[in-house]
Amino acid sequence: MNKQTYDYIHETVYAEKFDNGLTVFLLPKPEMAKTYGIFSTDYGSIDQTFVPIGETEQITVPEGIAHFLEHKLFEKEDHDVFSDFGKQGASANAFTSFTKTAYLFSATSNIEKNVETLINFVQDPYFSEESVEKEKGIIGQEIKMYDDQPDWQSFMGTIKAMFKNHPVNIDIAGTVESISKITKDDLYTCYNTFYHPENMTLFIAGNFDPERMMEQIKMNQEQKKFEKMRTLKRDFPEEPKEVAMRENKITMAVSIPKCTVGIKESSSPLNNEEFLKKDLLQNMLLDHYFAKGGDFYQDLYQENLIDDSFYFETTLDKNFGYSLIGSNTTKPDVFAKRVKEMLLSTNNITLTESEFERMKKKKTGQLLRAMNSLEFIANKYIHYDTLGINLFDIVPTIGSLSVDEANKFLKQWIEEDRLAVCQISAE
Amino acid sequence: MQPITEKYLKEKGLRIHFIQSKKYKTVNIVAKLKAPLEKETVTKRALLPYILKQGTKNYPSRKDLQLKLDDLYGAVLAVNGGKKGENHLISLRLEIANPKFIPEAQTIIKDGIELFSEILFHPNVRGNAFDEKVFEREKDTLKQKIHAVKDDKMQYANTRLIDEMCKDEPYGLHVHGYEEELARMTSIELYEYYKTRLTEDQLDIYVLGDFNEDEVLTQLKSSFNWEGTGSNVQVSSKQEQSNESHEVIEKDNIGQAKLHIGYRTNVRYKDDDYAALQVFNGLFGGFPSSKLFINVREKNSLAYYASSRMESHKGLLFVFSGIAPSDFEKARDIIREQMTAMKQGDFTDKELNETKDLIINQLLETMDHSQGLIELLYQQVIGEKELAPDDLIAAIKNVTKDQVVQVAQKIKEDTVYLLTSEGGQGNE
Repeated sequence: MNKQTYDYIHETVYAEKFDNGLTVFLLPKPEMAKTYGIFSTDYGSIDQTFVPIGETEQITVPEGIAHFLEHKLFEKEDHDVFSDFGKQGASANAFTSFTKTAYLFSATSNIEKNVETLINFVQDPYFSEESVEKEKGIIGQEIKMYDDQPDWQSFMGTIKAMFKNHPVNIDIAGTVESISKITKDDLYTCYNTFYHPENMTLFIAGNFDPERMMEQIKMNQEQKKFEKMRTLKRDFPEEPKEVAMRENKITMAVSIPKCTVGIKESSSPLNNEEFLKKDLLQNMLLDHYFAKGGDFYQDLYQENLIDDSFYFETTLDKNFGYSLIGSNTTKPDVFAKRVKEMLLSTNNITLTESEFERMKKKKTGQLLRAMNSLEFIANKYIHYDTLGINLFDIVPTIGSLSVDEANKFLKQWIEEDRLAVCQISAE
Repeated sequence: MQPITEKYLKEKGLRIHFIQSKKYKTVNIVAKLKAPLEKETVTKRALLPYILKQGTKNYPSRKDLQLKLDDLYGAVLAVNGGKKGENHLISLRLEIANPKFIPEAQTIIKDGIELFSEILFHPNVRGNAFDEKVFEREKDTLKQKIHAVKDDKMQYANTRLIDEMCKDEPYGLHVHGYEEELARMTSIELYEYYKTRLTEDQLDIYVLGDFNEDEVLTQLKSSFNWEGTGSNVQVSSKQEQSNESHEVIEKDNIGQAKLHIGYRTNVRYKDDDYAALQVFNGLFGGFPSSKLFINVREKNSLAYYASSRMESHKGLLFVFSGIAPSDFEKARDIIREQMTAMKQGDFTDKELNETKDLIINQLLETMDHSQGLIELLYQQVIGEKELAPDDLIAAIKNVTKDQVVQVAQKIKEDTVYLLTSEGGQGNE
């Protein structure tokens, strides 16, 4: 077991990779009442085309299957895992994103039992024809709920406008039509391939003894047998650099229109350090211009183009990246035009040393604040670990960023053909 | 695990609460202004938070204020309005990185408190009014907020349920206020009103984190020029009691119908059976293992969500479910059956104990969270009853099956609200 202490932030991480391939991280925090555990597979809605374990031919599975699988893992032949956790005083949940499926619990008692339950239920699937059919009704309702949510439609509408071929443009839950094709066998194929320990990470953070915890997990894994895993082969289509659609207009019942401008971030391959710096700069620059008080935010606000719903976010992953700037707005056309102008103007802006120092201070404080949360630490640790980056190296990396690097990034950040607009309005 | 100790001090009319904790990498400073919920003032109080966070006397624009916050290592300022029972609350929160993690930032707590008091006591005022431009602009922001409630169907259905249920009670007032009131309001009036709040609202200050109490106390005393008495804080709660439940059905352009039901619990935070009500709610609909989730969603595949939530100070309980429009009667009947089952004590001792563990787990988790902990402690101020979190946990542990059944007997269904698709109920 490898122990690493990060003095500046008062955290210690214990790490081990088991013979079967599973990676485990433990972060003890005895001041907390709670323990949070997350068991995550590097498998999300975008992993649609791949070579199944033990086979040689590539297949493509129905849209929404990763999310469907997530739902089904909770149900066993004669019981439901939610209630197992419930009986042990824990609350459990799961999520499926573009790139990850994760199962999690939090509890303040019965920690060992709950960790055992988490590992065992994820590593012991039970899918039957009957239960797969029943689930289609439940997920159908979930999809309909998303269909009625303007914010979700606006998000996916922008993603679809940006990405032409990359499966990030598929709804995570799929469609009522696509999930109707899912069979029990499809689920086992995806499960056996992507839920192999080699493709999974377990992170436990909170109030427990790390030595005993690691021993317990090790014993649990030694009792189980897994096929040998060769390299997992996933296939992603070629994605052009520019956006798929400059504009995507969607009609649905909203009282105030919504408009989002998407930046299709470049996804050229980078080494770990370059990747992290790009990830940070994307984030810090958007924040600098669009956070409350930022120059661009201030203009949009003065021009009455935004309200309280204004938001921005940015994501950078292995083979795709995007940033979004959106708001409810009574003038969606003007909003889109202005945001695009603002973004394009950044090619000619030079940040001063003192501006950039303030940006670094802000980012440092933001990260410290986020690290109040065990969930944040565990989820982000896994996210960055999959990308070959250590979460606790980020604060020092922020410190090392120079204004020259920022200005160099700024010069080439925005290109007109990488901007897309999505508008939602009533008929 | 660290025990939670709240230290309460009364200084110059300031009600100060200190909570020491090493759980966090930040220090939280929270101020709560409390007044009775009233039709005449609710829109004013809804608008105030928007204006206060736009700037102060020395940092008159949002940009000036933000640059100051950024300099304090990305301190976060939040100003919100809300209702708890029949009280309206304006909350200010400043969260600052703890300087123990940033060696070069030793004065940020002191600077933060100064800024905090400036936001509260020295807003951006021109003459006798809030800055006119900010005022007009923020009126628009609030107006759009009022409109946007309609777009979140779950929130909208809940607002409509409360409208119908509490028509003649202060609790029925909309927390974002009313458009007509907003249109009439002037900046002079609003500032006049705000000044009265600084003497009449009840002000509680919470500081949470790993900090030096003497320094913070000195700082608070010197920068908070509070002259308030908190006199205008008595809330007389009026309870409408109808013997029959009524049903309201409305239509909208949606695919999934929202079935929300409101009940009167006749139990409040200060009552002795409050802990029993918590356990009731846990068994009935508070968790994925509860009756509602199991019977509405899992056994009958009727809903994507089905849960209940209790309102602690007014004494209400709400059920929320999202269903196919054609399943309305079936879902309503199953929900009613679950309530009847609760009244008949149709749950095992095992379920009772598991539910208590879940609630305690939830409370302990809330106490790990800085904002959650402050909210939990502040419940005692709103509920006008001293009930430290540890005592609440002990009370929950002691709840018996009989007590849950007794509390269930007090609960009366009041209003069934359905927001369904325009095609009618049977279009699926």
